[in-house]
Amino acid sequence: MEQLLTVKKGNSRTTKIDVEGVYYRDLNAQLRELSSKGIQNVQLLNVYGQRYIGTNLSQPMEIEISGTPGNDLGFLMNGSKITVYGNAQDGCGNTMDDGNIVIHGHAGDILGMSARGGKIFVRDDVGYRAGIHMKEYQDKKPIIVIGGTTQDFVGEYMGGGILIILGLNLSEEKTYRAKFVGTGMHGGVIYLRGKVEQYQLGKEVGIAELEEKDYRVLHDNVNEFASYFNLEPNKILEHQFIKLFPRWLRPYGRLYTY
Amino acid sequence: MKTYLPPKFLVERDMDRCIRCKVCINQCSFDTHYYDEEDDQIQSIIGNCVGCHRCMTFCPTQAITIKKNQHQYRDNYNWRPEIIEDIIKQAETGGVILTGMGDDKGQTIYWDHLVLNASQVTNPSIDPLREPMELTTYLGSKPDKIELDGERNLKTLLPPQVKLDVPIMFAGMSYGAVSLQVQESLARAATEAGTLWDTGEGGLHPSLYKYKNNTTVQVASGRFGVHPKYLDVARVVEIKIGQGAKPGIGGHLPGEKVSAEVSSTRMIPMGTDALSPAPQHDIYSIEDLSQLVYALKEAVNYSKPISVKIAAVNNSAAIAVGMVKAGADIIVLDGLRGATGAAPKIIRDNVGIPIEMALASVDSRLRKEGIRNHASLVISGGIRNSGDVAKAIALGADAVYIGTAALIALGCRLCQQCHTGKCAWGICTTDPLLSKRINPDIGSRRLVNLLHAWSIELQEMMGGMGINALESLRGNRLQLRGIGLTDSELAVLGVRMAGD
Ligand code: SF4
Ligand code: SF4
Repeated sequence: MEQLLTVKKGNSRTTKIDVEGVYYRDLNAQLRELSSKGIQNVQLLNVYGQRYIGTNLSQPMEIEISGTPGNDLGFLMNGSKITVYGNAQDGCGNTMDDGNIVIHGHAGDILGMSARGGKIFVRDDVGYRAGIHMKEYQDKKPIIVIGGTTQDFVGEYMGGGILIILGLNLSEEKTYRAKFVGTGMHGGVIYLRGKVEQYQLGKEVGIAELEEKDYRVLHDNVNEFASYFNLEPNKILEHQFIKLFPRWLRPYGRLYTY
Repeated sequence: MKTYLPPKFLVERDMDRCIRCKVCINQCSFDTHYYDEEDDQIQSIIGNCVGCHRCMTFCPTQAITIKKNQHQYRDNYNWRPEIIEDIIKQAETGGVILTGMGDDKGQTIYWDHLVLNASQVTNPSIDPLREPMELTTYLGSKPDKIELDGERNLKTLLPPQVKLDVPIMFAGMSYGAVSLQVQESLARAATEAGTLWDTGEGGLHPSLYKYKNNTTVQVASGRFGVHPKYLDVARVVEIKIGQGAKPGIGGHLPGEKVSAEVSSTRMIPMGTDALSPAPQHDIYSIEDLSQLVYALKEAVNYSKPISVKIAAVNNSAAIAVGMVKAGADIIVLDGLRGATGAAPKIIRDNVGIPIEMALASVDSRLRKEGIRNHASLVISGGIRNSGDVAKAIALGADAVYIGTAALIALGCRLCQQCHTGKCAWGICTTDPLLSKRINPDIGSRRLVNLLHAWSIELQEMMGGMGINALESLRGNRLQLRGIGLTDSELAVLGVRMAGD
């Protein structure tokens, strides 16, 4: 593994590593070592499918990835910041605890599965079951912003957190196509730019207009999203949004008898 | 709607003995007893009684007897009372019948059809009271071969191992399903006895972090309370795919049980249902399982064994091979009789296979594949005594989990009301008043006593066979014989007929 150079940027040093052909275990072991030495900025070049990048670092780091990181990027991550110049695969942000992931491209299935905190921003589209079973507790609230569209079962079993779907790549006449949106949802909220038909939603999901406090949340997160991708936030926000919410906190409360 | 259900139990109170102390009224969490002021007598609403014996045990004058309601239906082998009454219940409510504990039906219990060997004449038996006996068990993947250096030090890097002083661990019971006091009793007992307890899938309360060397933490489909610290305190991390009481279905802790404390451990808002999806949605294949196994290995820096637990089902042997190849260091099989805090009764009693069969076939298959040493094999679901433990080890298990037996040690009377959250013994409840009925000082003592007694019995049985280390009993099926079994049952068990 070649540690190309350490460049000084003001006070912080960035360590550049070319990881072409490096086994994921060696790559992650090296990240852990750098993190334990207090290195805060790392650039990984030529990433080709290495899994679990960002997992189990003793100190939060800023990691810039050029290439295509493998599955479970940021699994159980606890505070690092990852920026990917490329596409992320499946399980990005799986069971993430805290931190920030920015994807300049697409992401695969189960984006942010069971996340309990942190933020994920994806510029383009994502695969199936994004935000499945996200949860929240007190001030821990995961947030996912998706610039493009999603496949089916987005927000499935969602128990908390915020999911924002912008559909920026949809032309005016094309509508959002995902089905089973929010199936089993029993907490959290989804903001969707544009509209969906009732038949596209899980039976546990209601549609409502945004209120003042919803707009505040939307503003903050769309602003942050736009800042990463050089977009004009106000243009995004001009459009009509709807809010999808769980109709019951206990969807299966009446299913059983004793 | 008027219920057509007859009462299940009768409460008999000997009025000569009753001193109207009202203990029974306070003890019963199912509102059975009440004080009738006019008559100055304690009365009972028998329809409410679930037969848990709490009042009977605590009545200071033994005035109460709980009896089965012996009302007779016309004999019908097909339409037995339970079947009739379940239909009545469903006709009245339209609901799925929920229950607690394990399968109580009459499927063959193979432990009862297996007997152990003993030495006579040709090799001497060993007296464990006077000679050394070894029950120590190491859980974890074992290398195919080891290398020593010139000084005879181990050169091979061993995968992480966990040492157990007794091959009996406490099965996963989540905080929420059981009370914190129960978990503390289990944790303390495990620490004292040199074994492991298991958090189940509800996270770990910070007050129990101190038992970390003896704690297995679960990562299940709900991922409740799974965060870096949780994995950090663990001795073993267990991926829970399935459970013997409800193979193939998810779980759901009803909102009533999600109290403030439970919500802080599960990290979900108070009062919401805690839903565990049926599958883990990052696992749809063996390759995906491997991905999670290695994700967790990365997360603990390869310092702890990763265990994978499945329910025993038709293809367990093939699945187990996949699990081992996926990198599991420990595999856990939970059989048909495995218990639960809540499951649909129809699933509990009809889905899955007996643990004895699953164990035998998995052990045989892993041996055939030459990978038995790559993972430890742990079984659970219906281990009732040290005899079952000895037989399980001889069939090929490295260790066993006990759940129901541990709860019985704490007071449980198998009333199967765990899903109601009203357990009068303070076990399967999160009600703060009821949970105080378990005092961890006493609870842990009872559990340690149980493990102690079983260890002595295990040593006695081993000594009888002329075996002085558990290692020599492990997978030693020649020490077993079958009785009352067909040829195909014997073939799956890999055990010969008694007398053969
Ligand atoms: S439910 Fe338990 S405590 Fe209540 S009357 Fe019946 S046996 Fe006694
Ligand atoms: S734990 Fe409690 S409710 Fe469950 S079977 Fe035992 S005594 Fe009954």
